Amino acid sequence: MFKILKYSFYDLTRSRWMYIYGAFYLLLTASLLWLGGGLSKAIISLMNIILVLVPLIATMFGVMYYYNSREFTELLLAQPIRRIHIFFGQYLGVACSLAISLLLGVGLPFVLYGVFNSPEIWNFSVLLLVGLFLSLIFSAIAFFIALRNENRIKGFGLAILVWLFFAVIYDGLFLLALSQFNDYPLESFAIGASLFNPIDLSRILILLKLDISALMGYTGAVIQNFMGTLLGMACSLGVLLLWVVLPAWGIRWVAVRKDF
Amino acid sequence: MITIEKLKKSFGSQEVLKGINLEFQRPGITAILGPNGSGKTTLIKSILGMVLPDKGRIRVGGEDVKGGWAYRRQIDYLPQIARFPENLTVQELIRMIRDLRGGRPDAEHLIRRFGLGPFLGKRLGNLSGGTRQKANIVLALMYDSPVLILDEPTSGLDPVAMLRLKELLRQEKEKGKHIIVTTHIMGFVEEMADEVVFLLEGHIHFQGGLQELKEKYGANSLELAIARILQQEELGFKANGHGEKAAALVLKAL
Repeated sequence: MFKILKYSFYDLTRSRWMYIYGAFYLLLTASLLWLGGGLSKAIISLMNIILVLVPLIATMFGVMYYYNSREFTELLLAQPIRRIHIFFGQYLGVACSLAISLLLGVGLPFVLYGVFNSPEIWNFSVLLLVGLFLSLIFSAIAFFIALRNENRIKGFGLAILVWLFFAVIYDGLFLLALSQFNDYPLESFAIGASLFNPIDLSRILILLKLDISALMGYTGAVIQNFMGTLLGMACSLGVLLLWVVLPAWGIRWVAVRKDF
Repeated sequence: MITIEKLKKSFGSQEVLKGINLEFQRPGITAILGPNGSGKTTLIKSILGMVLPDKGRIRVGGEDVKGGWAYRRQIDYLPQIARFPENLTVQELIRMIRDLRGGRPDAEHLIRRFGLGPFLGKRLGNLSGGTRQKANIVLALMYDSPVLILDEPTSGLDPVAMLRLKELLRQEKEKGKHIIVTTHIMGFVEEMADEVVFLLEGHIHFQGGLQELKEKYGANSLELAIARILQQEELGFKANGHGEKAAALVLKAL
């Protein structure tokens, strides 16, 4: 598996898009830091961008990589290699290259700005951690969808729809539910519902770390009570991990049953 | 070497293989023929474990294909469409397959044979179709495996490369290998094949030597023999569809 990962990664490091993706973060982060005014402001702005952009790019890259390497995958399938190793190798290759582009693009300017000598280092680490998780989660979902759909257009459409659902539609429905059932105590519902969306979960994790949950009112306080503790933090990280494991398990499930 | 028993495979409602029994015991070149959609590629891919059979059993060198992967060490496979990661060079790809598969392949003599030397450092995305096919051949045949499976090996090859390929296959046959080829080029079959398997609508319609096939259908060329098989099948189909009419015709003739 690691050999496939190595070559997928190697193949992707030659791709122009990976550099463009990394360079975009580099430019964005640098300008937010030096022109925007300070570490904590840059972290909040970056959070908003990362929460939307990382899932989108991971989705697009995952689907595109799978479809583009389809014939090559067939060549690999005829080699004495386990099926699952081929697909996990490719998936991890995509996820790792995305993660490294993000890590370098966002990390370098922060290091140069001196984040290591600042109390913001923990907030920054949570931001990066969340970015890494989102790369892993959404490229796994994308791979799973691409594996299940032979038709490229359908696969692409579905993957983008899933992203749109988690990034936009879910929040809309969530808010609608909150305002509709305003008369009931909704705090546990709010916590439960955010666990089902990796983007929301990531957002809450960062906001809690930034200590601005007071902005979220009473619900924020309840969430802070739950997730602000070490147990809550571990719980949310566990759920994020589950969000990686589930689609990865889906990839395995489809891969061993699929005809090529 | 390869045994296929009662192999069945459907894609959705379409039954592609309807109970194939086939054995490749004697070394030599076997051509799998049949019209488009007759199940040639599905059969080959089932042997390779890429298509998972609904029913039946395939064994390669005694090892069951189902769930296995190590048996593929005994097979060299040349796929129909040669597409590789575009950002890798030919040399890197050869190294990669060697790295993934292990063992000691001999790519050098194939590179020389097909004149691929000048292209080794080039990215695969920049190669022409024919050159890619040559790279494909080098990759597929650089291992000295006892079974070779070639899916349309002649596509995109220029006449010189075609001659070299034929020469190579003859040499491999001399070594006692099992070579399975699908192709639409009848000249290639007549020149190279020891045995022919003719697939039609998911069944094996004929299996035997070239001469036997020609004699059976009273044809002096392979093309004609195959045309006759297809014609007969069509007539049979028509007769089935219009049973009464056919019976009336027969009665009239009597």
